[in-house]
Amino acid sequence: MFQLETRPQTSKTWVVLTPILAVLATMIAGGALFAFLGKDPFQIIRMIFWDPLFGEFAFYYRGQLLTKAGPLILIAIGLSIGFRAGIWNIGAEGQYIMGAICGAAVGLAFYPAESIFIFPLMVIAGGLGGWAWAMIPALLKIRFGTNEILVSLMLVYVAESFLASASLGLLKNPEGHGFPGSRNLSQYASSANNELIAGTGIHWGVITAFLVVIMAYVFVSRHLLGFQIKVTGQAPRAAAFAGVIPSRIITFCLGVSGALAGLAGLFEVAGPAGQISIDFNSGYGFTAIIVAFLGRLNPIGILLAGLLMALTYIGGTVAEQAGLPAAAIQAFQGMLLFFLLAFDVLSNYRIRMTRKEAA
Amino acid sequence: MKLLKFVLSGAALALSLAGAVAAQDKTKVGFVYVGPINDGGWNQHHHDSALEMKAHFGDKVELVYQESVPEGADAERVLTQMALGGAKLIFTTSFGYMDPTINVAKKFPNVKFEHATGYKTTDNVSVYSARFYEGRAIQGHIAGSMTKSNIIGYIASYPIPEVIRGINSAYLHAKRVNPDVQFKIIWLFSWFDPAKEADATTTLLEQGADVVLQHTDSTAPLATMAKAGKGIGFGQAADMAEYAPSPRVSSIIDLWAPYYIARTQAVMDGTWTSVNTWDGIKAGMVGIGEISSVVPADVKASAEAMKAAIAAGTYHPFTGPINKQDGSVWLKDGEVADDGTLAGMGFYIEGIVGDIPK
Repeated sequence: MFQLETRPQTSKTWVVLTPILAVLATMIAGGALFAFLGKDPFQIIRMIFWDPLFGEFAFYYRGQLLTKAGPLILIAIGLSIGFRAGIWNIGAEGQYIMGAICGAAVGLAFYPAESIFIFPLMVIAGGLGGWAWAMIPALLKIRFGTNEILVSLMLVYVAESFLASASLGLLKNPEGHGFPGSRNLSQYASSANNELIAGTGIHWGVITAFLVVIMAYVFVSRHLLGFQIKVTGQAPRAAAFAGVIPSRIITFCLGVSGALAGLAGLFEVAGPAGQISIDFNSGYGFTAIIVAFLGRLNPIGILLAGLLMALTYIGGTVAEQAGLPAAAIQAFQGMLLFFLLAFDVLSNYRIRMTRKEAA
Repeated sequence: MKLLKFVLSGAALALSLAGAVAAQDKTKVGFVYVGPINDGGWNQHHHDSALEMKAHFGDKVELVYQESVPEGADAERVLTQMALGGAKLIFTTSFGYMDPTINVAKKFPNVKFEHATGYKTTDNVSVYSARFYEGRAIQGHIAGSMTKSNIIGYIASYPIPEVIRGINSAYLHAKRVNPDVQFKIIWLFSWFDPAKEADATTTLLEQGADVVLQHTDSTAPLATMAKAGKGIGFGQAADMAEYAPSPRVSSIIDLWAPYYIARTQAVMDGTWTSVNTWDGIKAGMVGIGEISSVVPADVKASAEAMKAAIAAGTYHPFTGPINKQDGSVWLKDGEVADDGTLAGMGFYIEGIVGDIPK
């Protein structure tokens, strides 16, 4: 028989190994799923993981990989800081939306004036918008002890209503023939967040994401607050004795993750998406949760996880255009989180074989 | 070793050349859908029409499609992937794909694009849509004639001109046969959400509606009415005949296949040009599903007469006198609405209670 035995300390080896194992297990289980659907599993796996990087059209896909990974990494880094402290911001999608609305509103307020100050102002507004939205669960938690998981999640639906309202009213394009949606920000020079070098897929959001990875790395490993956050997550009582003020940690963690999600929303609305529309958000805020865990809440890990997740999206479309149903790709991405959590058992427990004596 | 490499590379070259030749024989046509292809409504009907087009051309056409593509950044990537993959003609079947379609079309001047329900055209982007309001007029006529409670429910999706036009057309024709009729409108802000659609139907039935019209894509409203054993409705986008003869008493059917066949043929012949198509019952783009046996014979006859008049071009559903909601005159007696106003319709007509959401 098998028995699970708690490890005295989390295994460092397994922490690194589990994501790799999870990816391999996803490939195997996903391959089986594709085979059941009557597709050649090896061909589909190649389409998802190989073609975007080295296939015929890799010159286009590689850039798209960065465009897709940028917001995921940006949001996931913010979430990971809170997750380390045991503060669960599940509503990054809402903060992403509010950042986009606030940033876009600033840009549109200046339309059609041209100035180099407009885009930086939009960036600030985007960050503030996301931050303010995340302050709602933070303040409610500090003041009334509400659960930030529920509050932040419910606020996503409120944000979606604001998004619909902005697309239909306040930010509606006056020259849009009555159709919902704002003016196209990527076609307005002062607000456009287009590719900085054509074909690379790199826009300001991608650059910010890389910078934030470095900053987060320094923060969690070198800064006192980074240490306090870690202690709060692992041993709240010990943290309290060490003089950590919980409300400060809550405000900081939710604030940072909200601001980063807001920035991601702004960079997206001004660039790849181009406009505020009713269906502007496409789940980055939720996918980033998977990215944060897949990356072990570690900045470098998140960078790699974000790129991997982006790869499954881009490769997923390649496979879908070859006739694979969209739901199969979604199931495939879901398996990744499932296997990761399943294999996680191995970092905290070890398996022991026990021989049962006959009674 | 060298020889082997040489032979292999020769074989690879030959294969890729053969591939290129095969690709030239076939015209690759792409479709992008905003929802799942089995939604029973809008997306399924586009996809069924695409399959019909494929069946018409057989081996001469290669069909590629992608379902559930979010509007925005992802749409642009998916379209680029299709164009890179060799598609010569790409249909983008949702309003939100407008700017992505225009952007990608700029990068691929040799690929033709067809955007459904939009208003931006370029040298290689056409737009096409159907005059669903013609079907809504017939629905309104039947609904107004059949309601006993004089309350008609309406499940609306997004407050865009297309949907507002449908509400106005249905109300106008319901009111004409039944001056006491009243519309209760619920906005869902979704095209496809079976759970919400079912909830909205229940709410409307509880508010006394005995006819529920829908401008959302699932069969949930009809299923809810079938389960409740009360209320009648209409199939949307698809015939939804599985709910006939009641609660489904008729339907508006989107008939895209003839258009898809004609446009694909044009690309094959090299005669494709950018057009702005807005066809209705007359051109066969809007179909009216069979009016079922629960509709009284006289109502059925007058509904069919209206359909015939619209098809013949002798009757336009928006013919004055019609006032706007605020009482101001929109169309004078005998005046017919122009396409520009209809295309951007952002107001209710007189008699409808409530505001268009902002």
